[in-house]
Amino acid sequence: MKVSKLPKANVNKFLESLQDFGEVIIPKEKQEQPGVYMFDTMTDPSEVAWEYLRTIIPPKKYLTKPKEVIFKFDSQRGFEEVIEDAEQKRVLFGLHPCDIHGIKILDVVFTHQYTDPYYTRRRNNTVIIGLSCIPDEKCFCKSMHTDYTEDGFDLALSDIGDGYLVAIGTSLGDDLVAERADLFTEVEETDRRKYLDFRKKRNQSFKLDLDIDDLPYILDLEQHSPIWDELGKRCLTCGSCSMVCPTCYCFNVYDELNLDARSGRRIKQWDACLFKDYALVAGGHNFREDRAERVKNRYYHKQFRMVEQYGKPSCVGCGRCINACPAGIDVVEVLTKVREGSYAETESS
Amino acid sequence: MLRLNHHEHKSYTLSENPYKPELARIISVDPMVEDNYLFRFRFEDAQLNQRFQYRPGQFMELSVIGVGESPISISSTPSRPGVIEMCIRRAGRVTNALYRLKPNDLIGLRGPFGNGFPMKKMNGNSLLIVAGGLGMVPLRSALLYALDNRQDYQRIILMYGTRYPDYLLFRSELEALALRSDVECRLIVEKSALSKDTPEWHGRTGLVTDLFDDLQDLDVQKSYALVVGPPIFYRFVLSKCLDLGFSKDRILMSLERRMECGIGKCGHCEIGNKKVCTDGPVFTYWDVMNLPEMI
Ligand SMILES: Cc1cc2nc3c(=O)[nH]c(=O)nc-3n(C[C@H](O)[C@H](O)[C@H](O)COP(=O)(O)OP(=O)(O)OC[C@H]3O[C@@H](n4cnc5c(N)ncnc54)[C@H](O)[C@@H]3O)c2cc1C
Ligand code: SF4
Ligand code: SF4
Ligand code: FES
Repeated sequence: MKVSKLPKANVNKFLESLQDFGEVIIPKEKQEQPGVYMFDTMTDPSEVAWEYLRTIIPPKKYLTKPKEVIFKFDSQRGFEEVIEDAEQKRVLFGLHPCDIHGIKILDVVFTHQYTDPYYTRRRNNTVIIGLSCIPDEKCFCKSMHTDYTEDGFDLALSDIGDGYLVAIGTSLGDDLVAERADLFTEVEETDRRKYLDFRKKRNQSFKLDLDIDDLPYILDLEQHSPIWDELGKRCLTCGSCSMVCPTCYCFNVYDELNLDARSGRRIKQWDACLFKDYALVAGGHNFREDRAERVKNRYYHKQFRMVEQYGKPSCVGCGRCINACPAGIDVVEVLTKVREGSYAETESS
Repeated sequence: MLRLNHHEHKSYTLSENPYKPELARIISVDPMVEDNYLFRFRFEDAQLNQRFQYRPGQFMELSVIGVGESPISISSTPSRPGVIEMCIRRAGRVTNALYRLKPNDLIGLRGPFGNGFPMKKMNGNSLLIVAGGLGMVPLRSALLYALDNRQDYQRIILMYGTRYPDYLLFRSELEALALRSDVECRLIVEKSALSKDTPEWHGRTGLVTDLFDDLQDLDVQKSYALVVGPPIFYRFVLSKCLDLGFSKDRILMSLERRMECGIGKCGHCEIGNKKVCTDGPVFTYWDVMNLPEMI
């Protein structure tokens, strides 16, 4: 991989240059809520929250939208494809490795066997620029093997003190650098050493660990673990954990009629497997009536079914769901206790 | 910035939109049994109608324009192209709206989706088709296909049971089959009571499982069982199949789950380690018994 260096003094100029490509999305601190971050359109490079940890909503919202029109229809002319933001070019700037892995998982889901044109059209128009980070007590990407990434980005910035090492992942990334070659410098021996030091420091900063060895099989063995009922009692089925998850992709499709009652729009909208009617079918039969079954499904989907379907789990260890759950349900704690078979005991003691 | 704007970037192949329904016209609507109508459809685009291919056991997403979409099995056989037949039960919003439509009205269809029955793989084998209630709907496609390719299969046995004679789907068509010598068609009803305008029942009464007693001479090593019906039906029929000596991967069943996309994206049909829409809807009993949520 080609690597260059961007001195910190030049970073703002580089960010401005990205606006020539398209809308630049950056991590920002919420003005009304200090310490809370979100991805939003950059109006000025000074807004970048360089030390942010995790945003509430992951960058997936720019690729699979919370709610989007997918067709216009007319009872006589049929369905006409609508792709929102089809021509909108975007730069997603400042994504941490976990979020890049999240997008890599969405890439697979939305292109496997059938190509989802809504996702891929926007994906094709999106530049991804990664940014290094130092984990907190809710990050467990290292356990999920998503703490580094060799691909899935156009550029990736690693903080080495006075500047950033810039890994160039694609030919488009190379062109973004070439456009402002004046801002970049050669990587020197001291930079390489600073990077190795950074890496060591980062590796030592992880506080949370999840053992995923053989986890799909262990989950299969623990289908009837009392933990699922316990969780069913605690979970409020609010769906927050899915909304904030960088790899949750479920959606509903429904039609909205215009006033003329013959034309309208078909809508695709985020859904969550925790919601009561997720598996409800006509006639009132619900395949996951039980709340415990629905909570359980979220874990089995991520750590069991995704491994069987696509070869890797769909949790990237970002810690967002741990942060978001109003009932204090913690994915690492749950999976650790499933492995140890110790959930019921600790709960009742 | 010319260079940047001409970038191909990720070169995902942008193929046809798998969510896009094509217009189809209702050719006919025939009530079959209460709240189960047989609809015939033809794509508006004549070329599409010609080249449309599918496998028995596959399903389509049917749009009542302005109301929504539902997954529906194809009941016709690809060996009789040109028209798509679906037997549809009135169950909720979309299907109720469909029942208000008339011949010549337009709907949307996309598909076919799902794996379907492995008709080629079963060549040279006997087919034991066991249907309960509405389970006949996807099985009719496999049955007609096998009859149209009669030389490819050994014995073809249909065993179909419902509660009352008026609940038998495709009754006259199946009774006509009973006259053919190259297919063993056995219909059975639990109770012979009739509503006034259905022909009297002269056939057997009892449960579909009773019919298994006549199967002692079936060579199960060279047979497949195609089994579709309601949950209680599976419980008894599957154990009968095992008693006969069928191996678990020669028993095929078709499952239904909530579906929103039909193409493996929306998550709704996922179960155990499978997606019903793309890995199924046809599964072997072996697949199913390993999935605790399956039936
Ligand atoms: C693979 C497959 C094949 C099917 N084949 C047939 C068939 O040949 N004939 C037939 O009459 N019915 C069939 N069904 C069931 C049929 O899809 C439902 O009865 C139908 O979706 C009900 O929709 P509704 O809007 O009328 O009901 P509502 O209760 O109003 O449903 C609202 C929405 O829920 C979803 N939904 C509800 N029930 C089901 C269900 N059972 N399966 C999947 N999604 C559901 C649909 O997205 C539907 O639009 C099949 C289902 C599947 C999964
Ligand atoms: S399951 Fe939780 S920790 Fe894992 S990727 Fe989703 S939000 Fe992040
Ligand atoms: S965030 Fe917590 S309470 Fe809400 S659905 Fe998820 S697990 Fe349940
Ligand atoms: S119906 Fe959407 S994933 Fe199967």
